[in-house]
Amino acid sequence: MGALVDLVWLIPAFPLAGVLILMALGRRLGEPRAGWLATAMMGGSFTATLLVFIGLVGHDGDERAIVVTLFEWVPAGSLAVDIGFLADPLSITMSLFVTGVGALIHLYSIGYMHGDEGFSRFFVYLNLFAFSMLMLVLGDNLLLAFLGWEGVGACSYLLISFWFGDEANASAGKKAFVTNRVGDWGFLVAMFLAFLTFGSLQYGEIFFEIESHGVAAGTASAIVVLLLVGAAGKSAQFPLHIWLPDAMAGPTPVSALIHAATMVTAGVYLLTRMNPVIAEAHGWVPDLIMWVGLGTALMAATIAVAQNDIKKVLAYSTVSQLGFMFVAVGSGAYVAAIFHMVTHAFFKALLFLGAGSVIHGMDGDQDIRRYGGLARLLPLTSMTFVAGWLAIAGVPPFSGFWSKDEILAYAYAENKVLWVLLLATAILTAFYMTRLVLMAFFGPRRWTDETDEQAEADGGERAANSLPRRHPHESPWTMTAPLVLLAGLAVVAGVLNLPFSKDLHFLETWLEPALFGNAAHVPFGGGTKWILAAVAIIGSLLGVSAGAAVYARRRIDPARIEHPFLARAWRIDEIVTAFMGGPGRRAFERTTRFDEQVVDGAVNTTGTLIRRAGTRLRAAQTGFVRSYALGIAIGAVGLLAWFVSRAGF
Amino acid sequence: MMVLPAIIFLPLVGAAAIALIAPSRSTAFKPVAVATSAATGALTLWLMAAFDKHDGGFQFTQLADWVGSAGISWHVGVDGISLFLVVLTGLLFPIAIVACDPPHDAKAYYIWMLVLETGCLGVFLALDLVLFFLFFEIVLIPMYFLIGKWGHANRKYAATKFFLFTMLGSALMLVGMLSLALLARDYGETGEVTFNLLELKDTAGELPTITARWIFLSFALAFAVKVPLFPVHTWLPDAHTEAPTAGSVILAGVLLKLGTYGLVRFGLYLFPEASRYFAPLLFTLGVIGILYGAVVATMQRDLKRLVAYSSVAHLGFIVLGIFSINIEGIEGGLLQMVNHGLSTGALFLLVGFIYERRHTRQISEMVGLQKAAPVLAAVFTVVMLSSVGLPGLNGFVGEFLILAGAFVAHRWWAVVAAAGVILAALYLLWAYQRVFHGTPDEANRSMPDLSWQEKLMMAPLVGLIVFLGVYPKPVIERMEPAVVALIEHMEQVEGFESPTVGDRPEGSFEELRALLGHHGGDEGEGH
Repeated sequence: MGALVDLVWLIPAFPLAGVLILMALGRRLGEPRAGWLATAMMGGSFTATLLVFIGLVGHDGDERAIVVTLFEWVPAGSLAVDIGFLADPLSITMSLFVTGVGALIHLYSIGYMHGDEGFSRFFVYLNLFAFSMLMLVLGDNLLLAFLGWEGVGACSYLLISFWFGDEANASAGKKAFVTNRVGDWGFLVAMFLAFLTFGSLQYGEIFFEIESHGVAAGTASAIVVLLLVGAAGKSAQFPLHIWLPDAMAGPTPVSALIHAATMVTAGVYLLTRMNPVIAEAHGWVPDLIMWVGLGTALMAATIAVAQNDIKKVLAYSTVSQLGFMFVAVGSGAYVAAIFHMVTHAFFKALLFLGAGSVIHGMDGDQDIRRYGGLARLLPLTSMTFVAGWLAIAGVPPFSGFWSKDEILAYAYAENKVLWVLLLATAILTAFYMTRLVLMAFFGPRRWTDETDEQAEADGGERAANSLPRRHPHESPWTMTAPLVLLAGLAVVAGVLNLPFSKDLHFLETWLEPALFGNAAHVPFGGGTKWILAAVAIIGSLLGVSAGAAVYARRRIDPARIEHPFLARAWRIDEIVTAFMGGPGRRAFERTTRFDEQVVDGAVNTTGTLIRRAGTRLRAAQTGFVRSYALGIAIGAVGLLAWFVSRAGF
Repeated sequence: MMVLPAIIFLPLVGAAAIALIAPSRSTAFKPVAVATSAATGALTLWLMAAFDKHDGGFQFTQLADWVGSAGISWHVGVDGISLFLVVLTGLLFPIAIVACDPPHDAKAYYIWMLVLETGCLGVFLALDLVLFFLFFEIVLIPMYFLIGKWGHANRKYAATKFFLFTMLGSALMLVGMLSLALLARDYGETGEVTFNLLELKDTAGELPTITARWIFLSFALAFAVKVPLFPVHTWLPDAHTEAPTAGSVILAGVLLKLGTYGLVRFGLYLFPEASRYFAPLLFTLGVIGILYGAVVATMQRDLKRLVAYSSVAHLGFIVLGIFSINIEGIEGGLLQMVNHGLSTGALFLLVGFIYERRHTRQISEMVGLQKAAPVLAAVFTVVMLSSVGLPGLNGFVGEFLILAGAFVAHRWWAVVAAAGVILAALYLLWAYQRVFHGTPDEANRSMPDLSWQEKLMMAPLVGLIVFLGVYPKPVIERMEPAVVALIEHMEQVEGFESPTVGDRPEGSFEELRALLGHHGGDEGEGH
């Protein structure tokens, strides 16, 4: 069985091969073959992951951490970093859903990107992304994870600005990269500190060093806080979340793959991976992670309530759900964090792809105020979307309920205030998702499929309404098949870690070796658990019915809820932009002027002064021998006088 | 061994050959220039292949009396510190010569280019101070003419500024060099004046501390101008911007390294104490350069000037690495010299290609070029990401080693310098967005994409950018013995210990499991 695990390098090799082949032949392959090739590579990668998974299961539980080294990458001085892979339950769990969901989204993209002039370029980026993401997850050291980390960031940049003809898309791509770089600074410094402290960047060696020699709590805290800065950048946590809503400028499959299911979970992965360091840190460090997560979750949920762009709603929802995972990590509930990461990957990818299908059907319109009554016209899309909605809303037995419930239980054990606020966030989640579903798929149509002639025939009355003209249609099978599969997963993924009996804690048992006994355990018995679950269920039903009350039965005017402050995302982005465009830009301009006028000015002034002095001195060179003789005579007298005075008679 | 003289003088032979060709046969100049520079490049590749990677000393050395009475010798040799700068020079010159044709006076242009190559190679290979100084000064003359004669509108000003600025530094260095040789005579075994680097490295350590510091300063100033370090950097944007494309490629790719190379070869090697004494000053200036260069680059309106200012930031990194005075930092610095040569050389070529097509360098006049020239845009993207320091491409490895070394030595400086990676992303991505993104207007829509010759010129650069990002080991392992030897020499002379990290942990997952099993019992409870 060990031989199967040695195949781990194949997992990223497939998408890398896809990148190379498509770069060489992509244009010649054209549409749709380039897309099929990329999808096949993801299929190969998924198969390889399955094989490694089977191989890993064949090992004893505590031997499930296998390092496969390819070659030395950066051997300099006491630093030695390999290109090596770590196959362990955590990395393979991540790889399974990255390659699985990734393959489905590749397939979907074949339909979605139909007719785009950058068709093959799109799949180059998509495969490159998958490669980077798998390096991030499978790398056996921090530096290789950072390679993947920055790689996914670069792909995210390339894909957000994929339709670069529009200035807004280009800006969004740049903003995503630069904001992420702020986080990457934290990751970098964390690596330097880890290198200085442990003499290595390899996970195994770092953890061994901690276990055998220990580490000062202050150092561990600093490393974790710096990693948190990095994680906040990648996983869009406050205050570095501002790039993610803008990132929706990219094609919708990109939003599903990168900005919902996989890349944005990298921060959660990183912190989970480094759990032995968190365990050594001061107590306030996990608390910080927890409160950052909670604050982000709550804030983003309130913002999502007031968004009208279908993708923006889902974007803020992603920010909010990632906050849940941070809360889980902070309370030591690593399993719950990964559990929610997996279920979220399924239902959020599903929701985004569903949104893409709707946008596809609505000729690119993303404003849910101009949707309505689409359920009958897009039957598959709306049915699967409903499954995703129930999953994220936390309605049992859909997957989201189980994973969210687990996070809530740990939050309750950690801090009651935290639990109440997180529960409120869950209720809000159910509310805004209900709003979205009702506004998009049900209720009156706020568009028309009549042609101008028909409208004329109706007496022109309807045409005066000036409803946008749309012709909603269901998407091709390449797009709906992934929707159906993901919907199935979103429904049943809860079975990964059902709470009823210890035998059903599959994920918990599976992940245990990667957590080194650092995972928290709920300190209360079945009774409290049941009550908490009941409260969570009541909460989500409350959110759903509140949503229905406002958006179906119109008991309350939606305008009273969708406050402009929320619609403008708490104005955080505006403030940052104003700062960058105002004082920030002025400081840059001032520095540049300083360089031109002061630094270079000094150089030019010196030049000018020397030239002037030269011009003056030139007057002395008269060419008359007698004036030189006079000069010599004066000099000689002066010298003589000096010697005489020094002689001291 | 005759290979080093062959490498140094082959370009000069080519220059002489061109001088002998009748001016009427104007098509003959370029082939000769290309052939000689390519042959030189091939020789440097051979040198790399024949180089013994386990030897930390000088190889292929050649020592002959030159001006014996003055202690001046013809002494050349190569070690892991200079090897890749020689190879870089050997690679960049043919590319620059092939890629850019002079609009007029082709004969003189190629002669100067080849003389310049001889000068650059001589600097990296010289092991005698006077010989080094000679080559160091020779370099100025062809560069002065290349900028002044084939440059852009403001070329006269830029050329003069470049020349005077650098002369100022080297005049002081000459004084320092002479005083060093004269004063060190008293500590030598023979009691005679010598400019031989290998003899001076022992006697220089015996000089009184204050004297050595003053002499070090005279060297450091000359090199600081060449690097250039803040605040003596302002010749660079003018020279780079006004120079013809090939001139800019060589300026950024090779000439700037004369400064950083000099700091390692003569600064650290001859003056360990003074290097350590002035290290805080130098790496502080390096860190200022990183941030300041990036900030000023961000606000540039001229694309070429923007790339020029990015060099101030990158060279700041290199100086920071060198004056960390540990293996990681110095190796990172050396590696980054090569990396910067490749990526900034490539950037200047690309900007040159754009200029030839659009006849402007103003960012505001370009828009949506990715639509018009997708291949050019793709190559630009790769090179830009290398310059930004994206892992997997060459720039990252050097930057990471520099910062890791700097963190071990002076952590807060590294923490501040690391913020440079944010700014690098800002100025390059913003420039890319303005130039390549958006919808092209009338003037930009019809810009032709890269020709196959241009693609051929970019291919080796892009190939190396990727290769050195994925597999830098062949370079690092050839540098390491020489760097270790340098640090051991410094430690021995100075009696200090280079700041390093403790040993690598001797255990991984398996041992960890054994440990965890040994602790036993207290885990897995609590259900």
